[in-house]
Amino acid sequence: MVGEGILKGLAETARNFFGSYVSKERLTTVQYPEQRLPRIEAARSFPFLVYDGSDWQQGMRCVGCQICEKECPPKCILIEKSKDKKPDAVGKQQFYPAVFDIDISVCMSCQICVEVCPFDAIKMDVDVDLPTDNRFAGLLLDKQQLAKSNEYYHGIHPTEAAAVDAALAAERAKAQAKKPAAATPPAAPPSAAPVPEAQPVGGESK
Amino acid sequence: MSVTAYPTTPPILEPAADGSETQLLEISMGPQHPSTHGVFRMNVVLDGERVVKLKPVFGYLHRNHEKIAENETYLGSMPYTDRLDYICSITNNWAYALAVEKLAGIQVPERAEYLRVITGELTRLQNHASLIGFLLQDMGSSGTPLMYAFRERENILDLFEALTGSRMMCNYMRFGGCRVDTPAGWLEQAQKVVTEFPRFLDEYENLLVGNEILMERTQGIGVLSPELAIDSAISGPMARASGVNYDIRKVDNYSIYSRFSFRVPLGSHGDVYDRYMIRFLEMRESVKILNEAMRDIPAGPIVDPKMRIRGFRPKPGEAYGRIESPKGELGFYLISDGSTNPYRYRVRPPSLINLTVLEDLCLGVNVADVVAILGSIDIVLGEVDR
Amino acid sequence: MTQVFVQLDQIFVIVKYWLLGFVPAGWQPLVSAIVSVVTVVIAFPALFALVTWFERKGLGRMQNRYGPNRAGPAGLFQPIADAIKSLTKEDIVPLAADHVVHFLAPVLLVTAAFLAYAVIPVGRNMIVVNLNAGVLFFFAVGSVVELSVFMAGWSSRSKYSLLGAMRAIAQMISYEVPLVLASVVVIMQAGSLSTVAIVERQAGYTGIWPHWFVFTPWGFVGFALFMIAATAESNRSPFDLPEGESEIIAGYYIEYSGFKFALFFLGEYLGMMATSGMAITLFLGGWAAPFPFLAWIPSYVWFFLKLLALIFGFIWIRGTLPRLRMDQLMNFAWEFILPMALFNMLVAGVWHFMPPGIPRWLVCIAMVATPCILLSMRLKRKKKLQLRTYQFAE
Repeated sequence: MVGEGILKGLAETARNFFGSYVSKERLTTVQYPEQRLPRIEAARSFPFLVYDGSDWQQGMRCVGCQICEKECPPKCILIEKSKDKKPDAVGKQQFYPAVFDIDISVCMSCQICVEVCPFDAIKMDVDVDLPTDNRFAGLLLDKQQLAKSNEYYHGIHPTEAAAVDAALAAERAKAQAKKPAAATPPAAPPSAAPVPEAQPVGGESK
Repeated sequence: MSVTAYPTTPPILEPAADGSETQLLEISMGPQHPSTHGVFRMNVVLDGERVVKLKPVFGYLHRNHEKIAENETYLGSMPYTDRLDYICSITNNWAYALAVEKLAGIQVPERAEYLRVITGELTRLQNHASLIGFLLQDMGSSGTPLMYAFRERENILDLFEALTGSRMMCNYMRFGGCRVDTPAGWLEQAQKVVTEFPRFLDEYENLLVGNEILMERTQGIGVLSPELAIDSAISGPMARASGVNYDIRKVDNYSIYSRFSFRVPLGSHGDVYDRYMIRFLEMRESVKILNEAMRDIPAGPIVDPKMRIRGFRPKPGEAYGRIESPKGELGFYLISDGSTNPYRYRVRPPSLINLTVLEDLCLGVNVADVVAILGSIDIVLGEVDR
Repeated sequence: MTQVFVQLDQIFVIVKYWLLGFVPAGWQPLVSAIVSVVTVVIAFPALFALVTWFERKGLGRMQNRYGPNRAGPAGLFQPIADAIKSLTKEDIVPLAADHVVHFLAPVLLVTAAFLAYAVIPVGRNMIVVNLNAGVLFFFAVGSVVELSVFMAGWSSRSKYSLLGAMRAIAQMISYEVPLVLASVVVIMQAGSLSTVAIVERQAGYTGIWPHWFVFTPWGFVGFALFMIAATAESNRSPFDLPEGESEIIAGYYIEYSGFKFALFFLGEYLGMMATSGMAITLFLGGWAAPFPFLAWIPSYVWFFLKLLALIFGFIWIRGTLPRLRMDQLMNFAWEFILPMALFNMLVAGVWHFMPPGIPRWLVCIAMVATPCILLSMRLKRKKKLQLRTYQFAE
């Protein structure tokens, strides 16, 4: 009979029409911005700089090594090293970035800067409410705008932040143990091994 | 920049027996069009409603991907490959990683292979689902099948976001494995999504397969003969719908596909209906692969421990790595001169190669069918133009 | 109690006669006509606004989403927002377009659509003018709609609009014939071309079952054919190839913007509502209640409820089906709908001459089902459509 497939299609649509009033699965809309979807932990939007403690300048972990600037594919990071030094997250005297600019209109959120950073200083934020009315200056974030605290980092990526904190604590303990023994500071930053993230220590899960 | 010389007066056909003359109508289904899957233009010459000549014009989305890759490190090009076929970013990453691994002789651990297969097949599922939705949208269903397909696609994109951090631009593969391991509970969530997928496929089939209007619109349209398919290097579901038994997962046995039992559906007519049904059947096969992979995935490292992220310099040489992406054979050809940047980086885009037969498929059909045929070829402009 | 309901039923008529009381006797026919026309011009565009809201919400729910729900409670102010938008948009006319014809096309469309409402009885004693040849007038005016569509497409001097206009003319002419033939059966049975007489012929009840023509074999088939032809006449999905949004983007009204575009939209929906109104008049008993114990509800309420039900049917079909291609559409019209309409007339004749009873029903149902099945088999065989099975490579 002609029209049978059409009638089946009509039945399907009617099922969806009436089903949208009764079941949540058939009406998955979330009324943004009053309601939000539950945020997924691993989401990433743009980078930010982590600082420990309460002083964003003293506690900033970044040492201005410029590795992220070199590895960034679209070259959206601009770093200028300072002339003086300050203690970093592990306690050593290091340079710090006098200027650290990220142009988020260029950044493609690829997360390579996070992967290559040897100091766990730059991490991915999750904030997507970034509209601005200034096309150029509004999208060029400077060091102060990028600096967010370690508590904030724990708030957005708890598992990752816990792993990073554990790793940093271990390094700090190692540095403390080495300090009375060695006269010269360790020569180079830790070797450029791939830094795993969002992964419990050990690299196994099922 | 010179413009192609088009005749300014449309050609006039031979006068008919009763002395009446007809003019051909030349329209440009232009770059701004609801159904050309991106900024793609077709200059179509019509005789009434029938297509007499069709010239595709593309390049509106050209972003110098291959040239950029010559100035970037090997790893730095990985996020750019996400943006080639922007719907299936994971398979793009995979093809590139495969090419580099061939170039440098890197081994991939077991768990990483399983993760690659799982994410790759999930990508195939969501690509085929949204393609069928788009095909029906182009044929005038005012969006209903599209919305149903997207409802399922959202579940898969949520999985990707939980694993890689981003829904579409995943940047997930690394040379020698994957970037990040699955968070707690991800495999259970993925298993749930995969278990519910066949129910959605059944609902979808109810809506569409057997719908007389759809059958009339797609059967017998845009027939691609297997000889033409082989001669034009067509690959992917489009070739298999014409009866050419060529699935790179079976031919090359790359990664660990030889461990999974899945079948390759073949069509017999090569028309739009076959291409659309083959994708349905492929989705069901992908569900089978996913179930097996998620059952068998071992624990272990996810990346080759000897690989370094920075300062990767493969030895001079060349390699061509290819995979069965949801659209066809996606291949990367790399020539290395021993430095950190590739000397030559070339993408074999399946969308573009499949598009070369568009004129042959469209001759003699109505304008309304051109849109259906274009939809069934499954192009993504990011890949066509790179 | 019944007195209250009768007054409620006739409230608009009572108000109109009260207004006419203020006018001297010589002017009364003119003022009566003006009052009726003004009512139609206000009521049906208001209904149009409601229908656009209804369509967007209905399509939305079918697609697992809300429709508009921000502009006002449940999105009810959305049509007002759309009206403000279309009034304040720039009116772009292509330089090469024929300005006079380009301007007149939407005006003609809306005028013709409004004219069609003159012969639709909206309630008891509520019709603008009770013509003796009301149905004929309706179809005559409906043809003007096709002319305006062609004017729009031709005068825009654009290739897409030309394609759309050509398709529209071919489609609308092909479906005009089945539309009229499907209504001829009703005229045969009612014995009159006047819409009021047709509604009155359907006014009885046997027990609680109404005498609507749709509950007879020929009426049911006639109703189905009429609705299919009405969908094609108003360029709605699945017959919306002239405005095929995904191929020729807007077809014949592609070069219109602003208020003229809104007038096209208005004209299309008015046409849809007018043909639905005529279908209700011809087949669904007009303003009559479905069951005698519900007759206390005013007649115009029943008319509008039936109208909304038919419009929901239009929306439902739009949300489900892809569109037919041009040649398939015309094939369907000339090779299926038209023969069915002709057979239906035969069946209506047999119904009229056989004595009432079960044999009449059986004979007529058989006479209707046979050509339907045979014609659909012929259609399927001609196109060789089949559900296919696929092999797997090993």
